[in-house]
Amino acid sequence: MSMMTYRQALHDTLRAELLRDEDVLLIGEEIGVFEGSYKITAGLLAEFGPRRVRDTPICEEGFVGVAIGAAMLGLRPVVEIMTINFSLLAIDQIVNNAAKVRSLSNGQLRVPLVIRTPGGGRQQLSATHSQNLEAWYAHVPGLKVLAPATPADAKGLLTAAIRDDDPVVVVENLGLYNTKGEVPDGEHAVAIGTAAVARPGADVTVIAYSRSTLLALDAAARLQDEGISVEVVDLRSLRPLDREAVCASVRKTSRAVVLEDDWLSYGIGAEIAATIQEGAFGHLDAPVRRVAAAEVPLPYAKGLELAAMPDGAALARAILDTLDATGFTA
Amino acid sequence: MTDVLMPRLSDTMEEGVLSVWRKHEGDVVHRGDVLAEIDTDKATMELEAYDEGVLARTLIEEGASVPIGTPIAVITPGGPVPDGTSEAPAPAPVAAPQPPPETVPEPPRPAPTRPPAPPPSAGLTASPLARRLAREHGVDLAAVQGSGPGGRIVRADIDAAVARTPPSAPPPSAPEPAAPPAALGADAEEVPLSRIRRLTAQRLTASAAQAPHFYLTRTVDVDALLAFRAQINNGLAEGGARVSLNDLVVKASAHALAAHPEVNSSWAGTRLLRHRRVNIGVAVALEDGLIVPVIHDADRKSITQISGEARDLAHRARTGRLSLEEITGGTFTVSNLGMYGIDQFTAVINPPEAAILAVGAAAAAPTVREGQLAVAAIMTLTLAIDHRVLDGAAGARFLADLVALLEHPLRILL
Repeated sequence: MSMMTYRQALHDTLRAELLRDEDVLLIGEEIGVFEGSYKITAGLLAEFGPRRVRDTPICEEGFVGVAIGAAMLGLRPVVEIMTINFSLLAIDQIVNNAAKVRSLSNGQLRVPLVIRTPGGGRQQLSATHSQNLEAWYAHVPGLKVLAPATPADAKGLLTAAIRDDDPVVVVENLGLYNTKGEVPDGEHAVAIGTAAVARPGADVTVIAYSRSTLLALDAAARLQDEGISVEVVDLRSLRPLDREAVCASVRKTSRAVVLEDDWLSYGIGAEIAATIQEGAFGHLDAPVRRVAAAEVPLPYAKGLELAAMPDGAALARAILDTLDATGFTA
Repeated sequence: MTDVLMPRLSDTMEEGVLSVWRKHEGDVVHRGDVLAEIDTDKATMELEAYDEGVLARTLIEEGASVPIGTPIAVITPGGPVPDGTSEAPAPAPVAAPQPPPETVPEPPRPAPTRPPAPPPSAGLTASPLARRLAREHGVDLAAVQGSGPGGRIVRADIDAAVARTPPSAPPPSAPEPAAPPAALGADAEEVPLSRIRRLTAQRLTASAAQAPHFYLTRTVDVDALLAFRAQINNGLAEGGARVSLNDLVVKASAHALAAHPEVNSSWAGTRLLRHRRVNIGVAVALEDGLIVPVIHDADRKSITQISGEARDLAHRARTGRLSLEEITGGTFTVSNLGMYGIDQFTAVINPPEAAILAVGAAAAAPTVREGQLAVAAIMTLTLAIDHRVLDGAAGARFLADLVALLEHPLRILL
């Protein structure tokens, strides 16, 4: 195990996969000479050369389309889209080609493509640069969507994504790049479609993913002092979704709160709430609560931006309300 | 595709336990075939198929209890449903050499049926967990005060209710504690439990544990009753059916119950039901348990009608050919061990009825008649009463009337 940042874990994984498999290549804006907007690809152009690390013009639809074509011909491109907000420019390629080529070709063609892209708020980047659009991609059959919360999962899930023969969208979060954690040395892949119990607990389940997992763990640690035992389930994989793990935890605690940085309506949290209703209805002692961002374009002003996003206090309130509603006393 | 629903098999039934599947997924089913055996609150019944086809899917596991109206199986007209488990040919797939894009399996989708409706409890709100726990522990939600928002009943309320329940009242489906291993071995052999035996044990245990029994005993001078019976039987055709002493006790009881509706009642959890019909159960001992066929509207039937019906019911009880109607709806039970020479005994109430009459043998005994010692045929009656329904004085008045009827049998005909 080594202690490192989420950023470093992504960098090291890309480098290891470039070394391991000659078919792996990186494509994106500013990933070469400039070493990536967030320095994930630092040093890789110098080490692997422009054939393996391709800088592109500002043309998301074009370079994602190129990557899909390369993947259909047998390469394993890893695309970096500078932020998930810009992925909207490539959404036709992602949804209509990457996700569907295998089905439309009756399985004759595969698209072993990875799209890495960061998103999320709290960076004072204003409304068009602070979005969590992962639900858009998680909605599409044919895509896999991953959202690692820790440096270890960043390595494990990116490794699994690159080795997967189908298109995978890896959603990173700008707020996670500098977080640190223990990362297993050597080979480490996390199976796509498996959630993790990030913290075991008995009284209430909080389901979260990506950066919201850290928020949930923080709230759980503070509520522990009040005698409340919170179980945190980190989804890690948004599609396929580990419904069984979610329901198993709720069957254990009988209370559930879903946390997400995204807007409330039609989101990942709605899917989780429905999953619990289908899989653990008879075990629920209170309605499922959802904590999510305010349904507004995220403001630029720091105070307003933070007010619009869920925080530990909002989560703790929802947890305490749920417990109160069921006569729980710590 | 037809859903098979948990049927209502008795008036008081709210749930049924699916004890055994007699048909299994993939079996061909004809109209009238027995699909399953259902334990109701009264008896074990056979569930027959109303449709032809294939039992495509069973939705309930053996031993599970579900409310009436809940889908328990699916019958398809032809073959099994597409994702069924049987060997019927699947529709030829359009050439699919590769697995579908999503290689990590999604969990199984919920069965395409409506979920079981919550038990009908008007005006009650309870969390799904609370409803499930209440069902498992036999807690009546109507009797629970909810502590959640708007009075919603939550788990904590059920836990508290269970904690208040005396441990002597086991949940209906709780497994019996295992016999100590020492009991087995060379000195004992285990006898497999029949369903009737198991059900008898469950119901009588519940009755003994839950109904506070008290007992009233009277002796009856039955000389007049025996003479009355002889008169009736002499009047009947030679070789025809004979009226028994028990038939007369049943008829007299029906008469007395009609005059004492407070005895013709039952305890329904939190409510007291007063029955408009007088339906008398007659306990019949079987090889492997007890069954209580019911003579409906006994107060409106003649003695010979009752006699014929009782004989027929007892015969068919012993050969296992009673219909559902014939074992449900009882409002009072007569249990007679006189023919075995028992002078006097007490009986356990057949729930939810309010009382049971234990009838001993009519035998010659010394008695006092008009201040003189005399020998007469004496019969002892012991009435067991559920104290939740009736108090001693009310029971005593009923028993006094019953004794008066038996000692002056012509009144039975009035």
